[in-house]
Amino acid sequence: MKALSQRRRHPLAAVALLLMALLVTGGIYAVASSANEAKAQAVTFTANDVEEGGKLFAANCASCHGMGATGSDAAPSLVGAGAASVDFQVGSGRMPMQMDGPQAQVKPVQFTDEQVGQMAAYVASLGAGPAIPTDEMVDASEGDPAHGGELFRVNCAMCHNAAAAGGALTRGKYAPAIDGTSERHIYEAMVTGPQNMPVFSDANITPEDKQDIIAFLKTIESQGSPGGAALGSLGPVSEGLFIWVAGLGVIIAFTVWLTSRSS
Amino acid sequence: MADSREDASRTSVTLASPGQQLDEFENPGLPPHRPRLADRDPRAEKRAERQVALLFTISVIGTLLFFVGYFFIPLNDTIARLRLQNLTLGLGTAFAMLGIGVGIVHWAKTLMPDHEVTESRHEIRPENDRQDAEKIVNDILDESGIKRRPLIRNTLLGAVVLAPLPAIAIFRDLGPLPGNVLKETMWDAGVRLTRDPSGTPIRASDVTRGSAFHVIPEGLNEVENKLEEKAKAVVLLMRLDPSELNPSPGRENWGYDGIVAYSKICTHVGCPVALYEQHTHHLLCPCHQSTFDLEQECKVIFGPAARPLPQLPIEVDDEGYLVASSDFQEPVGPSFWERG
Repeated sequence: MKALSQRRRHPLAAVALLLMALLVTGGIYAVASSANEAKAQAVTFTANDVEEGGKLFAANCASCHGMGATGSDAAPSLVGAGAASVDFQVGSGRMPMQMDGPQAQVKPVQFTDEQVGQMAAYVASLGAGPAIPTDEMVDASEGDPAHGGELFRVNCAMCHNAAAAGGALTRGKYAPAIDGTSERHIYEAMVTGPQNMPVFSDANITPEDKQDIIAFLKTIESQGSPGGAALGSLGPVSEGLFIWVAGLGVIIAFTVWLTSRSS
Repeated sequence: MADSREDASRTSVTLASPGQQLDEFENPGLPPHRPRLADRDPRAEKRAERQVALLFTISVIGTLLFFVGYFFIPLNDTIARLRLQNLTLGLGTAFAMLGIGVGIVHWAKTLMPDHEVTESRHEIRPENDRQDAEKIVNDILDESGIKRRPLIRNTLLGAVVLAPLPAIAIFRDLGPLPGNVLKETMWDAGVRLTRDPSGTPIRASDVTRGSAFHVIPEGLNEVENKLEEKAKAVVLLMRLDPSELNPSPGRENWGYDGIVAYSKICTHVGCPVALYEQHTHHLLCPCHQSTFDLEQECKVIFGPAARPLPQLPIEVDDEGYLVASSDFQEPVGPSFWERG
């Protein structure tokens, strides 16, 4: 210690100190900003997967997304879209798109799980992007549904409805209902922002928070509506229609009965 | 009853029709009385009686059902138990009310007498009515002695004049006038943008293209009237390609490298506008479908909103966190009287 304190007036002490400070700042920044970088592949792919995926891509996707997935007038570039994006879009049946429209519709899945994985491997090989989450990351039983509900109401409910029943957007687009969507696809939708959904990166909502949101969605899905018939959970539209048709019908029936003569 | 019916049939009615002489015709009278099944057949009468009694019994059972649900379905942690109790309480009350109502109507329709009754209208005598009214008023004035007792009259006048004054004090308690509350929010130069609801600060590098952050000012979770402040200060933070933003002169530095922050309170009636479409850059209000275009400084492109969403000027502080450069430059939310 004595030696160190004696050298503090050495001409090079300032330089050494500056170097140390830079190293520390840079190190902290590297750790802190890593949240935005593509995660190491949670699900590993082989070189064979990439090759097979490339063939499938050329046969099924390249007509719109272009050879090499660099995009065209009809469809965006997939460089950097990531494996999660492919797993969501193709794995939920949205891609290949059935027809041109405001939004890709859900339809029966066109590929086997293995083929989806191969295409995901191919797109992931083009540039770093969000990876497919592992089963532990999306395990709803590990999440906190109460906290997830709070996050859902702030970040998701305005489009997807407080009961996750979906809702309309502008010019024919809509936010779909979430019930029945698998945990993995919910997670992937949050990290990739499919269609017009904004991206909720890990820097915004941490992976643990995403797990809580999934836990909330699975809780309300399994518990049902505490108020009885949910009528689609669409709020005043379906409830109003029901009470105008059924409620007024009952009232009209009663007035007819009240004024009719007994036989 | 029989007399009045004869009276009615004897009265003749005159009608004036244009271009013709007054013509008279016979009052057609009432249609013949038709006895009901219960009037003719004692067995039908008995049956109707039993039906009414059954309906009243249903009401009794409904009330009992309500109390069974109230006292004998204890609530535990499960929603199923709550739903069962709700169902029993609702069905019990419905049957309790409906049984009495339907029973009384059925009783009146089948068993109570249903003879038609005619009552003639009284002759109207306006002169007499007016005289009666004047007499009543004069009697009141005379008997109260208000003309003879000016002390009472004057004190009464004083009381009547003073009595409305407490209303002024009560209405004053609705105040104080809002002052600048509607024009100011918690945002100020250097206030960090933080995530809703956790309150953690946001780095510019966290906000990737296409993402949307729901933002509250730093320290909002600690203030006393949190919800009132939050209702004005909530902000949506988005990042676009900087070339897609078209800032007007003087607003070029209100964003940071394509990151922009806009008030989430709709300028129509104050719903939270947070339905963000990341490719069209449209913001949609769920209440009345006002649509704002982020590429044109949130100009209204559809719907009833009258003004664009106010933009929050932001910059980055020394540590890389996003901070506000000032408060909003205009009041947030819907119009109000003094907005100007």
